[in-house]
Amino acid sequence: MKVLVPVKRVIDYNVKVRVKADGSGVDLANVKMSMNPFDEIAVEEAIRLKEAGKADEVIAVSIGVKQAQETLRTALAMGADRAILVIAADDVHTDIEPLAVAKILKAVIDEEQPGVVLCGKQAIDNDMNATGQMLSALLGWSQATFASKLDIDGDSAVVTREVDGGLQTIKVSMPTIVSVDLRLNEPRYASLPNIMKAKKKPLDEKTAADYAVDVTPRLEITGTSEPDSRAAGIIVGSVDELVAKLKEAGAV
Amino acid sequence: MSVLLLAEVTDGELSIDATAKAVTAAAKLGDVTVLCCGASAAAAGEGAAKIAGVSKVLVAEDASLGHRLAEPTAALIVSLASDYSHIVAPATTDAKNVLPRVAALLDVMVISDASGVVDADTFERPIYAGNAIQTVKSRDAKKVISFRTSTFDAAGEQGAAPIETISAVANPGLSEWVEDKVAASDRPELTSAGVVVSGGRGVGSKDDFALIESLADKLGAAVGASRAAVDSGYAPNDWQVGQTGKVVAPNLYVAVGISGAIQHLAGMKDSKIIVAINKDEEAPIFQVADFGLVADLFTAVPELVEKL
Ligand SMILES: Cc1cc2nc3c(=O)[nH]c(=O)nc-3n(C[C@H](O)[C@H](O)[C@H](O)COP(=O)(O)OP(=O)(O)OC[C@H]3O[C@@H](n4cnc5c(N)ncnc54)[C@H](O)[C@@H]3O)c2cc1C
Ligand SMILES: Nc1ncnc2c1ncn2[C@@H]1O[C@H](COP(=O)(O)O)[C@@H](O)[C@H]1O
Repeated sequence: MKVLVPVKRVIDYNVKVRVKADGSGVDLANVKMSMNPFDEIAVEEAIRLKEAGKADEVIAVSIGVKQAQETLRTALAMGADRAILVIAADDVHTDIEPLAVAKILKAVIDEEQPGVVLCGKQAIDNDMNATGQMLSALLGWSQATFASKLDIDGDSAVVTREVDGGLQTIKVSMPTIVSVDLRLNEPRYASLPNIMKAKKKPLDEKTAADYAVDVTPRLEITGTSEPDSRAAGIIVGSVDELVAKLKEAGAV
Repeated sequence: MSVLLLAEVTDGELSIDATAKAVTAAAKLGDVTVLCCGASAAAAGEGAAKIAGVSKVLVAEDASLGHRLAEPTAALIVSLASDYSHIVAPATTDAKNVLPRVAALLDVMVISDASGVVDADTFERPIYAGNAIQTVKSRDAKKVISFRTSTFDAAGEQGAAPIETISAVANPGLSEWVEDKVAASDRPELTSAGVVVSGGRGVGSKDDFALIESLADKLGAAVGASRAAVDSGYAPNDWQVGQTGKVVAPNLYVAVGISGAIQHLAGMKDSKIIVAINKDEEAPIFQVADFGLVADLFTAVPELVEKL
């Protein structure tokens, strides 16, 4: 069984985001970019499936700008076997929408025929939380989102999902799309020798046009602004003062 | 314009708060029809009919709809879609599971977690953990939107709107429910509570989380947690507040032993009054706190419980 893992290149989660003064978006030139943290968890899970003998090959796919090569090399260094880069934009500020990403992934999946797709629950840049669900709709496959536990057994998988009320466990038919949540595993770091080895692993380059997918956005971004900032507060000197302030503010 | 709103129904029970908040947002777009579905949903439908601004309720009861599985729920919504310009829901985990699937089946984009309605095509939504607010104008014929409940007030009550019973569509049969693990609690629900007390890694252990809970009980509050506290096993996953957890905006939010990473702030910085208790005066949480107390939580929290 092949495992396909879509990985997105996003602003590093430690970087303080700056909105451009002209309101045209967020400044991404010269900022540190990394693999979406949820996708690291997905890559880790895919490698564990291979180590457990449940998968034969792990394929990482990224859609976006040419620089997403680096993200794919990270996936290869972690242990993915090969990678596919689908170039769909030239400007690092262009975000490809989940619907277009899902259409491209569907085309890749039609060729590769993986048994399972492991994607992140959410990209930490656009915070959409949509691609996995959309992909499974386009394929007509089952979906198991927000997974904190995954157990694949033959033609079905048992998945525990993090939901508002607690945890839900479902059984899905294979092939399936799983979107992974934070507590599924702790991703490994790539070792230096593996980083070197990754440079020799195959990385195919394609374009959105190769798959005949139109990536024109459906949502026109008409503005990007800073959120309202909070007025500065005060440091209180004691619990008594805190209680007094809360009473004064009518909060207790 | 006509809006189909997927109500938040769990085990036959309507979450009035989440649903009524989404109704407020949906009412800005047009006539609101609420869909209640589940293995049992009639009582939920009666509750939804009394939310002010709802003009009609559809009730679909079928075993296949029983555990909020995405595939049958999405199939039902798609079968109804032709009558509506907008398909919306409160941005709960259930809705986020279902709506993108609906959108893809209709070949439209989904607008997740909208925090503002500009007009029938244009919406605001937070991106980058709430560090920026994006305004998007949809070019799609039909809009599929989840609304962030923390930014909309719940709609009030009205005399009951008409209720119509509809049938489920064929179950795609791709998945089945196995079990739910839901902790029963007498405390208020996190996303609708007026007061939230959250603990972080600073609390140090599952046992010591009882301190956070005692403060919460004193204040009649819901309990929240940072990701670090959940990952460390001090608190269950459904208590996580933040970019990838729950978004809350209570009147009072008390953060105890939480450093204030942007991913945490994303879930609570719209709270009315924020209190931070942290022994590190440099902790970023103090930058958003109205009242900060630099203290060891193991002495400050018991003292606070006593003096409140
Ligand atoms: C993809 C992604 C998604 C994430 N999503 C979320 C999310 O949804 N929600 C979330 O919360 N985080 C999220 N995070 C994690 C986030 O980046 C931080 O790691 C996390 O919020 C830190 O939790 P914390 O403040 O409890 O722990 P720490 O940062 O370790 O802070 C602990 C604090 O406790 C204080 N402290 C320690 N002992 C005491 C004491 N005795 N008395 C008083 N104070 C004390 C310390 O001074 C410190 O400030 C996410 C991260 C990633 C990468
Ligand atoms: N451009 C992309 N390239 C590869 N994978 C992506 C891309 N966009 C989204 N994904 C995958 O879909 C997940 C959810 O993203 P989103 O729906 O944008 O929040 C991510 O964690 C990735 O696994």
